[in-house]
Amino acid sequence: MTAVTARTASSSAMVAAIVRRSAVTMRRIPSAVIPTLVMPVFFAVAFSNTFAGLTLLPGYPTDNIWNWMIPYACVQAASFGAMAAAMALARDLEDGFYDRLLLSPSKKWVVPAGLVLWSMIRAIIPIMITLAVGVVGGLTFPGGVAAIWWMSVAAFGVAAMGALWGMGVTYRVKKQSAGGLVQVGLFIAMFLSIGMVPLDLQTGWLPHVAQYNPITSILTMARTGFIGTVQWAEIYPGLFWIAVSVILLAWYAARGMKTLIP
Amino acid sequence: MTSVDITQDTSRSPRTFTLQSAALSYRAIVRFFRQPASWVPGIFFPLMLLAVNSASMGRVADIPGILPPGTSFLMYLIPAVIIQGVLFGGIAGGSEMARDIQTGFFDRLLSSPVARPAILIGRLAGSMAFGAFLAVLFQLVAWPFGGDVVGGLAGRLVLVVVAVILSLAMGALAAGIAARTGQEETVQAFFPLVFILLFLSSCFFPIVLMSGWYQTVAEYNPLTFMADGMRHQVLYGFSWSEAGKAIGVASILAILGLIFASAQIRHRIRNAS
Repeated sequence: MTAVTARTASSSAMVAAIVRRSAVTMRRIPSAVIPTLVMPVFFAVAFSNTFAGLTLLPGYPTDNIWNWMIPYACVQAASFGAMAAAMALARDLEDGFYDRLLLSPSKKWVVPAGLVLWSMIRAIIPIMITLAVGVVGGLTFPGGVAAIWWMSVAAFGVAAMGALWGMGVTYRVKKQSAGGLVQVGLFIAMFLSIGMVPLDLQTGWLPHVAQYNPITSILTMARTGFIGTVQWAEIYPGLFWIAVSVILLAWYAARGMKTLIP
Repeated sequence: MTSVDITQDTSRSPRTFTLQSAALSYRAIVRFFRQPASWVPGIFFPLMLLAVNSASMGRVADIPGILPPGTSFLMYLIPAVIIQGVLFGGIAGGSEMARDIQTGFFDRLLSSPVARPAILIGRLAGSMAFGAFLAVLFQLVAWPFGGDVVGGLAGRLVLVVVAVILSLAMGALAAGIAARTGQEETVQAFFPLVFILLFLSSCFFPIVLMSGWYQTVAEYNPLTFMADGMRHQVLYGFSWSEAGKAIGVASILAILGLIFASAQIRHRIRNAS
């Protein structure tokens, strides 16, 4: 695996070792990886084509559905990667590997930190694939490279949030069946937002919920530069909610991890 | 449960066959409903999509010519969520069969004098019961929120009948995969394909608002014919021809599913003996 020894390794080296191990696991279990790569592509194509007619609605922010849907698909892809991190953690808990990690003389937070970092790194692959699919479909970049940058920041933020949420649930359930619960949480957060249409065009109860959902602000940040030019007013609420969500979900994950330690 | 002793009665009479099928059907239905993990996603996700998509895309009803006057996008989505729930339920039923194979229950059935078709019939009964349950439940849940069915009782009945036949089709297909592979994970891996088929149809959005190759594929998707036939009952009123279209497509899928499942179960029995 790695040459790092528990006695001498710094915490950052341990985090790097966890990341490397996750990368190796991903390469060795393609069946666990392919869905997280295929589904974002499917969502990008399906959302952009199925709901292409939404641009006919008066007041829809763009006449190019790809520019609306691709940032959403990228953020969703990042959340799928987080789901895979939670499943990997569940596998380690089930087969006893995690117990051996707890016995090691490393700091307890290095494993969750490694998994969060890995979730963010692995998000790069589906983001690139989804962007490529978008470009083929007709995606444009009115905001230039900055549009990709802020969309990536949003996606990495969601990857970290998703990984922490997944770990919080998995630490408590301690089985791979936690995956269903993790998925439900991620789906609800994504769907109860401005994923498909902006707040102004939503009807009934949804806009009242979506306006308070942090994912709404994060998606607004992800779309800056894709819908018009890059604007700071669309960015800072997203950054704020990523920071707040990461802190709260890290606390939730840490509380869950404590249930493992007698 | 029934008092048939399938280990003693070796006759091949229609009565015995019926009782064996009934006993296995009873087991499948009870077992399915006793495990919430099998059926909760099939209820939760379609209802969530119904709630979210009807609210986020409700303004589609404002686009001229898309929906008849006095109807809503919530009504448009009723057939979609029934189909979605039924397809997921079918996969859950197939997973149950794979679990029976993995735990050895299937082999114990084979070593008993139970008629072979009764094994498949028993398994599919659980899926069909769940399909009927979903079709009724989703209509009841949608009703207070304006999700009426213009076709009245007859239209509602069509939705239930199509759901039952489609459950048979999907249950048979999933049972066939389970019999072939004996792996629960393989049956579950079928889920993304079902999701893709749903999106590549008129289930979630009107085809006239799609474009290009995607629209062409959606037009020829069998789920589109079925969803459109069901939707006619909801949005326009009861129609024999539209009901026949929906039931006909579901029946063709069911026949194909049964042929596939029978072949795969025969294959497993041959390999087991």
